[in-house]
Amino acid sequence: MTTWLLRRLIQALFVVLAMTVIVFLGVNVIGNPIDILISPDADQAERARAIAALGLDKPLWQQYLIFLRGALLGDLGRSFVFNEPALQLIAGRMPATMELAVTAVLLSVFVGIPLGLYAGLHPDGIVGRATMAGSILGFSLPSFWVGLMLIMVFAVQLGWLPSTGRGQTAELFGIQWSFLTRDGLAHMAMPAFNLALGSIALVLRLTRAGVRENLPMDYVKFARAKGLSPNRVVFVHVMKNILIPVVTVLGLQFGGLIAFSVVTESVFAWPGMGKLIIDSINVLDRPVIVAYLMMIVFLFVFINLLVDLLYTVLDPRVRLDSSQ
Amino acid sequence: MRVDWTGCRAATLAVIVALGITAAGSITGQPALAQKLAIGVAAPVTSIDPHYHTLSPNQSMASQIFNRLVDMDPTAHPVPSLAESWKLVDDHTWEFKLRSAKFHDGSDFTAEDVAFTLARVPRVLNSPGSYSIYTKAVTGVQIVDPHTIRLSTAGVYPLLPIDLTQVAIISHGIGPDPKTEDFNSGKNAIGTGPFKLVAFKPGDRTELKRNDSYWGPKPAWSDVDYRVISNDAARTAALLSGDVDFIDAVPTSDLGKLRTNPKVTIADIVSLRLIFLWLDHQHADGLADVSGPNGEKLDRNPLRDLRVRRALSMAINRPAITERVMEDTAIPSGQFLPHGSYSYVPDLAAPRFDAAKAKELLAAAGYPNGFRITLHGPNDRYVNDAKIIQAVGQMWTRIGVQTTVEAQPWTSYIGRAGKQEFGAFLLGWGTSTGEASNPLRALIATYNAQKGLGTVNRGRYSNPAVDSVIEQAVVTADDKAREKLLQQATRMAMEDVAIVPLHQQKNIWAMRKGLTYAARADEENRVFDIKPVK
Repeated sequence: MTTWLLRRLIQALFVVLAMTVIVFLGVNVIGNPIDILISPDADQAERARAIAALGLDKPLWQQYLIFLRGALLGDLGRSFVFNEPALQLIAGRMPATMELAVTAVLLSVFVGIPLGLYAGLHPDGIVGRATMAGSILGFSLPSFWVGLMLIMVFAVQLGWLPSTGRGQTAELFGIQWSFLTRDGLAHMAMPAFNLALGSIALVLRLTRAGVRENLPMDYVKFARAKGLSPNRVVFVHVMKNILIPVVTVLGLQFGGLIAFSVVTESVFAWPGMGKLIIDSINVLDRPVIVAYLMMIVFLFVFINLLVDLLYTVLDPRVRLDSSQ
Repeated sequence: MRVDWTGCRAATLAVIVALGITAAGSITGQPALAQKLAIGVAAPVTSIDPHYHTLSPNQSMASQIFNRLVDMDPTAHPVPSLAESWKLVDDHTWEFKLRSAKFHDGSDFTAEDVAFTLARVPRVLNSPGSYSIYTKAVTGVQIVDPHTIRLSTAGVYPLLPIDLTQVAIISHGIGPDPKTEDFNSGKNAIGTGPFKLVAFKPGDRTELKRNDSYWGPKPAWSDVDYRVISNDAARTAALLSGDVDFIDAVPTSDLGKLRTNPKVTIADIVSLRLIFLWLDHQHADGLADVSGPNGEKLDRNPLRDLRVRRALSMAINRPAITERVMEDTAIPSGQFLPHGSYSYVPDLAAPRFDAAKAKELLAAAGYPNGFRITLHGPNDRYVNDAKIIQAVGQMWTRIGVQTTVEAQPWTSYIGRAGKQEFGAFLLGWGTSTGEASNPLRALIATYNAQKGLGTVNRGRYSNPAVDSVIEQAVVTADDKAREKLLQQATRMAMEDVAIVPLHQQKNIWAMRKGLTYAARADEENRVFDIKPVK
């Protein structure tokens, strides 16, 4: 177990290192941040001053070494645009994205699994078929379009929900959260649903497929023959067997929801990390781009670890030993 | 995930037009909340520190909290603000008479604060674009009395009052070398402006409340929610749903429907932003972007021939672009500034469209069969930028100049444009000073790093005759005489087709019925100028 964990962490470190090199080179190839940041009224002397102030006058390899030295000391540099430590900036935006992503995952679990179970148990019923047909829309419609339709219907036409923004927040553990206030929840409803839509459809279809696959299996027949109640058969035995793929997908989806909530966040003007990263890319704010991607790599590694650990809980046959 | 933003934007706007605006049910004048105002702006404010980054959204925000010595009126003419009057006492000394005003913390505004501000501007740490470009002309500061300050310059510098319209005055009470972070947290955000900072939430919103001891007329709003809504369609939807009362940068595709919506008022004005084309003046021996009619290499650069430049300018049907591509949110232009500005040239109209004459000129220049050229432009910077270069490309092709159009994102485009890689390319210029010396010095004057001239002369235009008129103009103290020289330089540059001017954009705001806004040529959002209709 310890070797397995260590090996995973070392792998993660290499991925992060490779990623930072790629980002450094990539940003450099796209363009010079100064061209975008500096006022058009600035003269040549001011331009030279600004380039030096941001440390862009040194050769790229030196800039990279300076960054690495800082990173080892826990300093990922300051944002060119906000003049704040990049990490602090990202951490400040993280709660908004996290609560959106967690809500979306919860929605996928509590809407997707029950609907999938129903559709799997009643594959020929009208409701079952309608659910399946609807789920196709769930993952095939582009999320910016769905987001705008939601705004048009629920904010502009019906006036039930606020169109954009995060609304009122309340403090918990020193962090501002929207889900603690009524106004915040109202603001969260549409973006969370919009973000969750694809995952709900995915989980629903996986669950249904799992149920259809497992029902004819011997262990189900045996359980029934043994006289177990239908509920116990479905909710304990079948459920355990279909959850492995669902958990894998949810883990990956969760990472994706956090890292790539860009579209939803921009449509709903949600002040999260996705919005930050897209704004930063637009102005080549390299420290923020690097710090963000490093964090995302760690996040994915962490989520994969969790998923692997969950496997052992769900399926006792799975072992984490490196020998296997 | 790969997102095609251009496609995204076009599609989202289509959604709004198709569906949303027919609805528009819920904007109702909510009378009870008359003193609260929520506005939605397109571009994020990145700092409350008014001297950190020369960025227009930050300038807008600074205007709510701070004042400058001299301000710009909506049509970009200098007007008194914290300075009640100013005059030249000798050739290189300006004297400013200051008004009585109080900072948000109750302390008095005096000449000390002006001196403190001027000293602080060049010392801001890590600034990606320093305001020292507006204060560097000042070589000496002399406090005569608490309400009189004299600023000396190295030579004659008539533009000082206009430069100072960009510099927000901060209080010397906040202590030496104030940090940018302390402005963002609110600690140092102490100005004399109409609103006080309550909270700054980057990327989300800024909350403001009325400064009850403001020296000017009382602002109409007690509480202001200044929100960032970057997505065009979402910003329009936020106005229609009544979440915000006022939005800026109204997308052209929504404009027609918004104009006919009885619950929405539109305010617009011709802006100081000129959209124009650069042609390469530098490469005498030809360049990669330009080749012969059959793709063969040319040994000279046709763009250096005045007849070719005039032909290319004449081939463009500007009214067609402003009417169809821009949907009447721009007016054709033949110079840097809109009508009514200082140093506008009255009889210099937009070049007239004449395809036949253009062909003649090309033939006379030795290109009866035209040539091939690549026209570059950004696709995410100016209103309809990629569509404009497509239209121009078709118009050029019609006179025999076979044009390939290449649009790319601003981040990669602007660096290449600065390296003289392109033969023809589109850019915009917002004249922040409202007078022609600014674009003449930056765009038209010969590139010269020592003198700080031609800083963004990306086509490397160089004409010693124009240079000498420009250099004479900027040291002419008399306003009338200087205006004549600026007009002369503008005319010389335009007749020589230094750049190919296309159009002046309009700035457009939309608000719920019952509000008015003094639309500003400089694109700033001034909450103070949003007022309920009496």
